[in-house]
Amino acid sequence: MSRIIGIDLGTTNSLVAYVDEATGLPRVIPDSEGRPLLPSVVAFTPDGIVVGEAARRQLARRPADTVYSVKRLMGRGFEDVKDEARYLPFRILPGDGLVRLAVGGREVTPPEVSAAVLKALKERAERHFGESVDKAVVTVPAYFNDAQRQATKDAGRIAGLDVVRIVNEPTAASLAYGLQRLSEGVIAVYDLGGGTFDVSILKTNDGVFEVLATNGDTHLGGDDLDRVLALWLLEDIAVRHHAELDRDCVDLARDPEAMQELRLAAEAAKIRLSTEERTTLTIPFAGFTYRRDITRAELERLVEPLVTRTLGPARRALADAGLEPKDIDQVVLVGGSTRVPLVRRRVQELFGKTPHSQLNPDEVVALGAAVQAHILAGGITNMLLLDVTPLSLGIESLGGIVNVLIPRNTTIPTSAREMFTTSVDGQTLVDLHVVQGERELVKDCRSLGRFELRIDPMPAGMPKIEVTFLIDANGILQVQAREQRTGKAASIEVKPTYGLSESDVERMIEDSFTYAEADVETRMLIEARNEADTVLVHAGRALKQGADLVPADERAAIEAAVAALRAARAGDDRDRIHDATTALNRATEHLAELLMDAALKGALGSRRATEILGER
Amino acid sequence: MLAIDGTELQRRFYALAREHHPDFHQAAPPEERARVEETSALVNAAYRTLRDPIARVDYLVRLEEGRETREGAADKPKAPPALLQEMFEIQEALAEARAETTSGTLDDATRGTLAGKREGLRARLRDEDARLSGPLSARWDAAAPAERAAVLAAFKEALATRAYLRTVIDDLAEALGEGDSSEGDKSVAHHRH
Repeated sequence: MSRIIGIDLGTTNSLVAYVDEATGLPRVIPDSEGRPLLPSVVAFTPDGIVVGEAARRQLARRPADTVYSVKRLMGRGFEDVKDEARYLPFRILPGDGLVRLAVGGREVTPPEVSAAVLKALKERAERHFGESVDKAVVTVPAYFNDAQRQATKDAGRIAGLDVVRIVNEPTAASLAYGLQRLSEGVIAVYDLGGGTFDVSILKTNDGVFEVLATNGDTHLGGDDLDRVLALWLLEDIAVRHHAELDRDCVDLARDPEAMQELRLAAEAAKIRLSTEERTTLTIPFAGFTYRRDITRAELERLVEPLVTRTLGPARRALADAGLEPKDIDQVVLVGGSTRVPLVRRRVQELFGKTPHSQLNPDEVVALGAAVQAHILAGGITNMLLLDVTPLSLGIESLGGIVNVLIPRNTTIPTSAREMFTTSVDGQTLVDLHVVQGERELVKDCRSLGRFELRIDPMPAGMPKIEVTFLIDANGILQVQAREQRTGKAASIEVKPTYGLSESDVERMIEDSFTYAEADVETRMLIEARNEADTVLVHAGRALKQGADLVPADERAAIEAAVAALRAARAGDDRDRIHDATTALNRATEHLAELLMDAALKGALGSRRATEILGER
Repeated sequence: MLAIDGTELQRRFYALAREHHPDFHQAAPPEERARVEETSALVNAAYRTLRDPIARVDYLVRLEEGRETREGAADKPKAPPALLQEMFEIQEALAEARAETTSGTLDDATRGTLAGKREGLRARLRDEDARLSGPLSARWDAAAPAERAAVLAAFKEALATRAYLRTVIDDLAEALGEGDSSEGDKSVAHHRH
């Protein structure tokens, strides 16, 4: 069995891990600079595709061509995401079927964007092992439906990875804990990530991890907390700075760059408020600098409804498992958003137990994916994961009613057999509409796709077509049909409602070579230019705001450094750009400090301006 | 035998699950992997049926009748006439209450009455479940071959009663605005019991 890596393909960050043969323990593979997390951000630049930290740094500068949180768009249609799309700075094209984005002068689908992230992780692993890697276990939210899982698998294929198993994130986390015997008995995993929420109830017994029930919300996570805070700040800015905004005729809400700055500042403030009671936001806009203090209590008041929304799924999972909160032995926290103190309090209140998170909540899912990969490769034989399907699967019957074939929380693999016949003489086509969801009417459920069965013509009612619906260990549906009188397998044409066809995937694999990721040299040049742009913007702003704070010769020195960097940036010499950037940074250091001191005087008490600068 | 030792059942399930789970057959050729997947699905289905005393009875009845699925019973099970009469009255009260409200919401008094009825029905459902999994199942295990037909008939009646109770409880829940998925009611997923 060749090597299999474990990948956590997250909304905000992604990671790759493997099990170290020497210790038997899972380890995250860091990048060349020692960073374990790869930001799940993909920038489509004229020079090629840039992924990770370099792409994240240009979020605010090239908002229209830099895609983040694409996981929330996986396996979805335009109608599903159009409300959210209003807040996204990149363009989502209206249309039927799966979501398409217009970025970098071309159209891409969410699986292609995710493929770029997977490819970067694949390369990271290949560098680490010094050999090619082509198999992976990839995690998804437990509450992901069939289309979202299939989209993740497609992303793998486009990236040149055979996704040998899709594993649910909370279950993966429990594997990581279980391997180290950190948890036994009945466990509740509460997983609040960047964009999705899951809760799973498991029973662990002698190496068997049996999931009893799972529930969640694939559109609830840290991104939503950031958004409510950002929108609240937007209103506050409108009130406090209406004079400047009116003077410059600026509508921040319609300015993608400003909104991205605001979102990033909101996210940073939220993170600080997990450890501090109060923090200061400083956001420089064109023409004015917005500054205010925000307390943890204020943030909690804003995010309270979102946090409360997680409790319903948690209660439903308990009810489906036939358990009460007192039956839970341990509560495990997963996902970066569980660092928010309010989340911890609410979880503790619900289960009546102190939740724990000995393993890093950012890394635990990737570690679990590595454990599952090791199981599949034959490296671990005493652990077995028995997961469930999160949503009921059914077919449309007369009157638009759902006929449930496989109820939610059924252990997978699982199958259901159903007999069908024809209603018209000579009918050669039987059309099955498969849906997922808990509602009785087809229109309230999620359409997975249509399966068209072709059979030989016979009198009405004569054919006996046995259809087998199998949900495999990935939670993905497979359909087989056989006409019993002739014993012939009926041919099935699958028309996914929100998915890629086989030929789409083939084409995208081709495309991924055409639009190859910018090579290392180009990428480093792009990074150097990005860095130069950032420093140029800051220097320009500093000169504008504080021209009279420094003597003329210092001002002239800064202007000279700006001109030198502009010249260097126009060329292709990375080292020259880098040196000119450093020079300009040094030239403006004094002015920047003076500006900050002037701006913050009295507002921050004992804290020094350099500390604030360091935070930005 | 309907009486099963739950701990032993779980032990055997885990052993079979280990033996047949696709995780441990990754290196096998595709046809064998497909076969393993089917076996694994069968093991899971068996455990699901056997661990729940009601599903166990339901399965036994199907076996005795020679049916493969829940669908297509030759003769639909009949609930006792007295129960039918009562259910009919509740349904009627429900329809009246719905007709009287123009806004689509029920007044507090009607809500109270309906909620009370629902609680009553829920208690009866619990009783019925206890009777099925307790004394009735024990009677089957102790029955001589000649007596089995009578127990089987009792099973069918009890299962039919359950089905009717569940349907009306669901209808009441829906009328009270608690019927959608956000309530997490199992009734939708298990509608065909």
